[in-house]
Amino acid sequence: MKKALALLVAFVLLPLALRALEQDFYISFASRVMIYALAATSLNFVLGYGGMISFGHAAFVGTGAYAAAILFAEGVASAWLAWPAAIVLAALAAALIGAVSLRTRGVYFIMITLAFAQMMFYLVNSLKMYGGDEGLTAVRRPEAWPLDLGDEVAFYYVALALLAVLLFALHRVSRARFGRALDAIRQNEARAEAIGFPVYRYRLACFVIAGAVAGLAGALLAAHGKYVNPGVLHWTQSGTLLIMVILGGVGSLWGGALGAAVLLSLEHFIADYPVPWLAALAPNYTQHAALAVGAVLLAVVLLAPRGIAGLLARPPRA
Amino acid sequence: MLELKALRKSFGALAAADGVTLEVRPGEVHALIGPNGAGKTTLVGLVAGTLAPESGEVLFEGRDITALSAHERVHAGLARSYQVTSVFPEFTVEENLALAVQARTGSSFSFWRPVAAEQALFAQARAVATQVGLGERAGLPARALSHGERRALEVGLGLATGARLLLLDEPMAGMGPEDSRRMVELIAALRGRVTVLLVEHDMDAVFRLADHISVLVAGRVIATGAPDEIRANPQVRSAYLGEELAA
Ligand SMILES: Nc1ncnc2c1ncn2[C@@H]1O[C@H](COP(=O)(O)OP(=O)(O)OP(=O)(O)O)[C@@H](O)[C@H]1O
Ligand SMILES: [Mg+2]
Repeated sequence: MKKALALLVAFVLLPLALRALEQDFYISFASRVMIYALAATSLNFVLGYGGMISFGHAAFVGTGAYAAAILFAEGVASAWLAWPAAIVLAALAAALIGAVSLRTRGVYFIMITLAFAQMMFYLVNSLKMYGGDEGLTAVRRPEAWPLDLGDEVAFYYVALALLAVLLFALHRVSRARFGRALDAIRQNEARAEAIGFPVYRYRLACFVIAGAVAGLAGALLAAHGKYVNPGVLHWTQSGTLLIMVILGGVGSLWGGALGAAVLLSLEHFIADYPVPWLAALAPNYTQHAALAVGAVLLAVVLLAPRGIAGLLARPPRA
Repeated sequence: MLELKALRKSFGALAAADGVTLEVRPGEVHALIGPNGAGKTTLVGLVAGTLAPESGEVLFEGRDITALSAHERVHAGLARSYQVTSVFPEFTVEENLALAVQARTGSSFSFWRPVAAEQALFAQARAVATQVGLGERAGLPARALSHGERRALEVGLGLATGARLLLLDEPMAGMGPEDSRRMVELIAALRGRVTVLLVEHDMDAVFRLADHISVLVAGRVIATGAPDEIRANPQVRSAYLGEELAA
């Protein structure tokens, strides 16, 4: 808890330091990392806490992003209205998709969540009114009186506050009755049912909560970039979120955030800071950041099965 | 207490339960014996609701529970144990048992208050741990237990649900004589407090514990009666008991 507070203080001071160093780009970059941290943490709730391998999480990020962007295009300029709407719609999408998908197990669950997400990908592609495959561009960020989201520092603090609240909530929930039951279901589904837990209902609740948080992340993503396109719903986005969680640590509180930070940083630094000798060997290597990400992922999976969070943590009890 | 009416369940062409009719009276230990593959575990699944019958009825305390799901039957007061140990390996003994208490008491859709603060939950869990002889091992993760201890926890999970009817599927499976003796004592101590449907291959244990015995062969109950009647029943002897008693 002390460490978490120290970390929070550091992140509160970070934009001030970056501004002093005239590195404003990294304030915006940090906001983006935190938005992905929200999305990846919500997927970790499903994957690591709930034991459900969902390959369609981008569907909920996308629902939130499109809900917010469409509302903005229709004249709803306030984030106070658009973001809750994005959360509710993403939760609804998760309830519908979850209600069907959670009747299956294993590989079928992976495939069906993927299929639903792809269906939504094609659906937004066909939304000609809202840009079709081009997507939607906004002239500015939404309003959130009394905050000015157009200001990078203000936006940063909003993302930071939401991420901090989410991590604290996840910490609490995992120790409360709901989280314990979810953990039991992950360890041994049949046994959990046999001592009286309605397994399906728990899983669905977990899936819907995660969908709602992903929806919020989507709304923030749309606001941050002033842009959405069907790419947010593409299956590779679901894959990216999965990679973040696996990198960071499946089932660990900080897993999603760490994974998002490491993955996005890797992509950024490989693309923007070419290593001369590598560039001499393979001139186009900076366009293949995925390759480097793949190598890091492989290393983490092989050397640190509990992810980066597992490496940082002290050895577990017992 | 429990009434099964013409329960039928097939796996492909094989009728694992072929019209099983059976009554278990309250407070008794009712043993279910039969050769390997007779359909005993299948029957436990049908009663617990983990398997759905093709036809027939399950009545519990006079109420038709055939349509209830497994977790609803636990809340109705009936819990099972597994022939192959099935516990929560990462949780301690106490946490395993507290979870079963949690499932029974209050709403589990509670998102904020830490479970660790719920004294009552853990007090009940410790009481069950002591009851099944795991009082000293309550703080160990389930995966660190010996086979016999895990079997005891398996039964403890059923007890901790507060069930009035326990379905025990071969609680002594794979146990040494010492652990078996303790399990027999544990089950004997349950008599009168909870009703037990006991599936068991260990004939000594069955004849010591059971008030009534039913014999299942190829998905059919071929005999039900007091231990002495079963022992004397020629049909039972030829179908099953002969070789076991001779041994
Ligand atoms: N899920 C299943 N799918 C197909 N066949 C099954 C299944 N479960 C059980 N069977 C078959 O049904 C028959 C009854 O099995 P069951 O496990 O109920 O027997 P049992 O009396 O418990 O045997 P044992 O004494 O070995 O535990 C067996 O022939 C078994 O192979
Ligand atoms: Mg069996």
